Amino acid sequence: MAINGFKNHPYIPNSVPEVQEEMLRELGLNSLEELHEEIPDELKLKENMNLPKAFKSEYELRRHVEELLSRNKTCKENLNFLGAGCWQHYVPAICDEINSRGEFLTAYGGEPYNDHGRFQALFEYQSLVAELVDMDIVNVPTMDWPQAAATSVRMASRITGRKEILVPRAMDREKFLIMKNYCGPDLILIEVDYDKETGQLDLVDLKNKISNKTAAVYFENPSFLGFIEENGQKISYIAHEMGAISVVGVDPSSLGVLAPPSEYGADIICGDLQPLGMHMNYGGGQSGFIATRDEEKYVMEFPSRLFGIAPTCVDGEYGFGDVAYDRTSFGHHREHGKEYVGTQSALWGITAGVYLATMGPKGMEELGQTIMQKSQYAIKRLSEIKGIKGSLFNSISFKEFVVDFNETGKTVKEINRLLMEKGIFGGKDLSKDFPEFGQSALYCVTEIHTKTDIDKLVTAVEQVINM
Amino acid sequence: MKKLGLIVNPIAGMGGRVGLKGTDGVVKRALELGALPRAPQRAKKALEVLKEISNEIEIVTYSGDMGEREAKECGFKTKIITAVENEFTTSQDTINAARKMLEERVDLILFAGGDGTARDIYNAVKEEMVVLGIPAGVKIHSPVYAQSPLRAGKLAKQYLQGKVKLIKEVEVLDIDERAYRNGNVKTRLYGYLNIPFEKRYVQNRKAGTPLSEKAAQNAISLDIIDNMIEDTLYIIGPGSTTRPIMQNLNLPYTLLGVDLIYNKQIVGLDVTEKELLKHISDKPSKLIITPIGGQGYLFGRGNQQISPEVIKQVGKDNIIVIATKEKISNLQGKPFLVDTGDIKIDEMLNGYIRVITGYKEQMIYPIKT
Amino acid sequence: MKRIDRNYKVRNFHQAKWDEPIIFELSKKGERGVLVPKAEEEITAVVGDGVSKIPQHMRRKKAANLPEISQPRVLRHYMRLSQETLGADVNIEIGQGTCTVKYSPKVNELLARLPQITEVHPLQDESTVQGILEIMYKTDLYMREISGMDRFTFQPSGGSQGILTIASVVRAYFEERGEADKRDEIITTIYSHPSDAAAPAVKGYKIIYIHPDENGHPDFEAFKTVVSERTAAFIVANPEDTGVYNPRIKEFTNLVHEFGGLCGYDQANANGLLGVTRAKEAGFDMCFFNLHKTFSTPHGCGGPATGATGVTKELEKYLPAPLIDYDGSKYFLNYEITNNPYSIGKVRLFNGVAPVVLKAYAWIMSLGSEGLYEVAKVAVLNNNYLFKKLMEIDCVDAPYIKGKQRVEQVRYTIKKLTNDTGITTGDIQRRMMDFGMHYWTSHHPYYVPEPITLEPTETPSKEDLDEYIETLKHVFNEAYENPEIIKTAPHRSVCHKIDESSLDNPDEWAITWRSYLKKSKA
Repeated sequence: MAINGFKNHPYIPNSVPEVQEEMLRELGLNSLEELHEEIPDELKLKENMNLPKAFKSEYELRRHVEELLSRNKTCKENLNFLGAGCWQHYVPAICDEINSRGEFLTAYGGEPYNDHGRFQALFEYQSLVAELVDMDIVNVPTMDWPQAAATSVRMASRITGRKEILVPRAMDREKFLIMKNYCGPDLILIEVDYDKETGQLDLVDLKNKISNKTAAVYFENPSFLGFIEENGQKISYIAHEMGAISVVGVDPSSLGVLAPPSEYGADIICGDLQPLGMHMNYGGGQSGFIATRDEEKYVMEFPSRLFGIAPTCVDGEYGFGDVAYDRTSFGHHREHGKEYVGTQSALWGITAGVYLATMGPKGMEELGQTIMQKSQYAIKRLSEIKGIKGSLFNSISFKEFVVDFNETGKTVKEINRLLMEKGIFGGKDLSKDFPEFGQSALYCVTEIHTKTDIDKLVTAVEQVINM
Repeated sequence: MKKLGLIVNPIAGMGGRVGLKGTDGVVKRALELGALPRAPQRAKKALEVLKEISNEIEIVTYSGDMGEREAKECGFKTKIITAVENEFTTSQDTINAARKMLEERVDLILFAGGDGTARDIYNAVKEEMVVLGIPAGVKIHSPVYAQSPLRAGKLAKQYLQGKVKLIKEVEVLDIDERAYRNGNVKTRLYGYLNIPFEKRYVQNRKAGTPLSEKAAQNAISLDIIDNMIEDTLYIIGPGSTTRPIMQNLNLPYTLLGVDLIYNKQIVGLDVTEKELLKHISDKPSKLIITPIGGQGYLFGRGNQQISPEVIKQVGKDNIIVIATKEKISNLQGKPFLVDTGDIKIDEMLNGYIRVITGYKEQMIYPIKT
Repeated sequence: MKRIDRNYKVRNFHQAKWDEPIIFELSKKGERGVLVPKAEEEITAVVGDGVSKIPQHMRRKKAANLPEISQPRVLRHYMRLSQETLGADVNIEIGQGTCTVKYSPKVNELLARLPQITEVHPLQDESTVQGILEIMYKTDLYMREISGMDRFTFQPSGGSQGILTIASVVRAYFEERGEADKRDEIITTIYSHPSDAAAPAVKGYKIIYIHPDENGHPDFEAFKTVVSERTAAFIVANPEDTGVYNPRIKEFTNLVHEFGGLCGYDQANANGLLGVTRAKEAGFDMCFFNLHKTFSTPHGCGGPATGATGVTKELEKYLPAPLIDYDGSKYFLNYEITNNPYSIGKVRLFNGVAPVVLKAYAWIMSLGSEGLYEVAKVAVLNNNYLFKKLMEIDCVDAPYIKGKQRVEQVRYTIKKLTNDTGITTGDIQRRMMDFGMHYWTSHHPYYVPEPITLEPTETPSKEDLDEYIETLKHVFNEAYENPEIIKTAPHRSVCHKIDESSLDNPDEWAITWRSYLKKSKA
């Protein structure tokens, strides 16, 4: 059977047979089959691929995909308390408006002249995040927070020439695995324990594990388990004493109310931009950032692009370009030195910029405060239920917290199944990643939750644990 | 006010028009054949460009033919440092002038001439100054020369204005003139000079960050050092590519000579073929060499100490070629060349060789005789 | 009325220029862009202000110095910036060679913005995400058919992360065999993407580059001298960025297999090969596709994206978890792989960028196998048409396989033009912007001197191709007749020639507005 093409396809102007004939004549060819002459016959497919027939119209395609997607249940129709690295925040309409602009959506590798707007928007995103974290350098975004953290510790390793990275035991296991794969085989991740009561990083264990081989101490604020890590200054001090670099991962939605890590000794700050204007997108809204001070030794270690502002030959005109484009650091170093750049998540960077410009200082402050009030309210109300501890740790939480269900006699899995029947997505089951907690779940409350929502959760939990 | 040193080799380029290959040592003959000076015109072309900033610079130069005339004709503020006495200027005059300019601490020496002139400048100032050549000679092999007088003028202007800030170390190459007049082209590496370096922008915004030449050389040296085997003699060939090996080991070195390392200690500097043979006779040896830029000669150009006998005793498997990717790309697909003087050895080298181009990074490259 | 004469070949273009301030300059104290939902009074009554519980030393003392701007002004600012960006939606995309910038259908975008995908949390119970799981599972099946591989992961969120995944699988495979230390070399070619070397280097591999032979094919004789028991893998693009297809590819992969190594196929250049030839038949064990290139999802200024990575059955157990499976009645996330201690674990959070996979799925479903084949044929037709027309221009050449066809792109050289006029390919690039065109040179270093890399894809019409060709001709003529206009270009783009000297100077570079305010002097 000969392979046939699909003529007159709307996406392919030159699928019009007459045009093809004209172009083929220009090439001295008779048919499309005479193209690909360099590919040996034995490597060529002899039949059409076994794929479903194409939809014959855009309408039919749309109906089909809409029908498939209708099998998803959303966090709009249901009440969602899942977080754990992807958080449901309000996305101002303006964010979607800008990131669906065709010019931004379909741009890629143009020059600072014809893509001036892309360069400026990303420069502004860098500048806005810089204000939030109070640092002078921010990169064009990476894939996600774990990628940003992995690159941050690799940067630290290049700067110090050391290979051991201390990370909290109480971190996201997915993030740990990503960092481990990206850092291996050169760098070794060593876990530092947490205090059983407070969840805080165990400073004694940290002191035991840190040495002159330690390149970086990585910790998070708020931590993966939601509480505010209060010993940032001490941790950074311990790291610096040993000549290591203090790397802090941060949820930027907290920075309207929480001190930026630069205030407690962070040398490199990283985190996820998803809370700043990205929908959850089934995990597709993640985007990592890295920030440092404006010191050559840090700047030269960034594997990411860094857009800078520059004058043009016309007075009063802003221009942009890649800073230190010939960044050479990777080649100087030995086996633990190398990294690469590539397509990551620039559109989310632009969106985060739009979000921060829209929220302004007041918006970020109010956001932080609202989240804290609502999460504290949820903890308090849940704690009122017999058999439930609203927060496993006695530290103060930001927007997530570990709810302890051990005394209910039910597993989180069971509870979540029952909650789902009531239109509620319960928190992430921690029993696998943190077996020491028994039956506990990580709940997330943000500004989108109303009092009614939280009350509904509390009522539902009370019902299901007694079912 | 910036100070620009100007040296015009008035006789450079005269041989070409009358069929002599270079003017070194044959000025009289050239003049008799009716040769006309070419360097003054070319120097003026470059100076024309600098006129735009004439109120920002002072030209420091020699009297008469060696720069004064061109500088004054272009209307520059000019300081004459010495008068030339001889009827024909000699290479000694170029050397003297450059040395004076070194003392005067000029910001840049702009010189018009050919390969011979560049060698004279090198002999006078080595790498202590930033220089730039205006191509005017018959032979131009050295990359110290800009592509044209116009470009030399532009680059000099940008450097003096502070718009171009980087400098680059480039090879001083020249051929053996006597051999050349007999029809043999044998280019040799004589040393290195620093020239202003204009980076090309607006390129390749999509992928990885290329290494600068210096960083790439450093990465190569780390690869070499980390893989050094104990109780093995390392013969380090000449060139700036091999230099970071010595620097990173904190060892003395000769840029143009062949140096020897054993267990990361220096055991010979600028050794002769005879000394080499003695050293390798009783130890396993490895030879680290780099091709000459632009031409790709591995042997037979500027490293004659590494004789066919030395190569034979070391063996092809123990030859380590190092070169930056930039250097390889400049060959534009042309293979490495060898001209050891021994056809058998040349044939032995024929084939492919691994080239270390970075840390844990190699290329396979052809060698043709 | 006089008929308006439109009979000119080069577009009288001028890009939007808004002379837009930096966002901070728009700040006006007191303005708000959006109001945030606040805690209800009842909540405040129960928990107070919420923030005084934060330990004093952990509280932010000074509000972040973000701008204060009302909503219409923020919107206007970013709308203007978008207009100052030359996306594929407004441009004849030929000039971003190697990037496969093609039409991204609007209907796919619309579907990916439905709440049934945007408002879905990645940790939701499988029963609540059957739609997206089915889409991902089916896309996996289609990718298998298109490549001949046995299983795909969509976690890698870009081409480079796809290569990293391949390199990680290679490492895991040899770790399980106890050969990881011995197998320390990965072979690639100088015309493959730089990430084919850079990403494996992250995993500690020594990289060995093969140069092309006189035909532009990777030099097989050179290759034979390096493949050995130390070879972990051969990772290569085919065609490479020259558009030259290596017809002996099977010999290369066979040789690597003889020595026990693995072969990874960088399919960034797959657009001309859909339905024509596959990774499997060429002997590869792994491959990746850039869904944002070949499968039409928009580039988004550089992501979010997906580097869908496929492997053979034998290598499946090393993939990152979870995989997406179907048990006959429902789709589910399969974590079985995590039981394999040699699995590489994870490369990106959750399951990658789901909306991108969704858009690729919709694209495939709008074309079917016949449509994909047509895409490849037309992409190659367009490219060879462009190739023929450009080679007729005196100053244009393209090294290798003279008179033969290229696949989906060509790397040209205008060395002659540079020799004749002093105008470089970088200068031409800036001038092309004056006509609203992209133009790309090459990765570094330039093995082809004064390079241009052009890739038309299936998207441009014949008229589009002709316009691009006429514009190039026009600019080349200018190089000979009026070089100054090129040297000082661009003139009709958003901004003029940038003084880039500060960008490399640590005392002057300004990567953020606050840094610019500190470092710049009046």
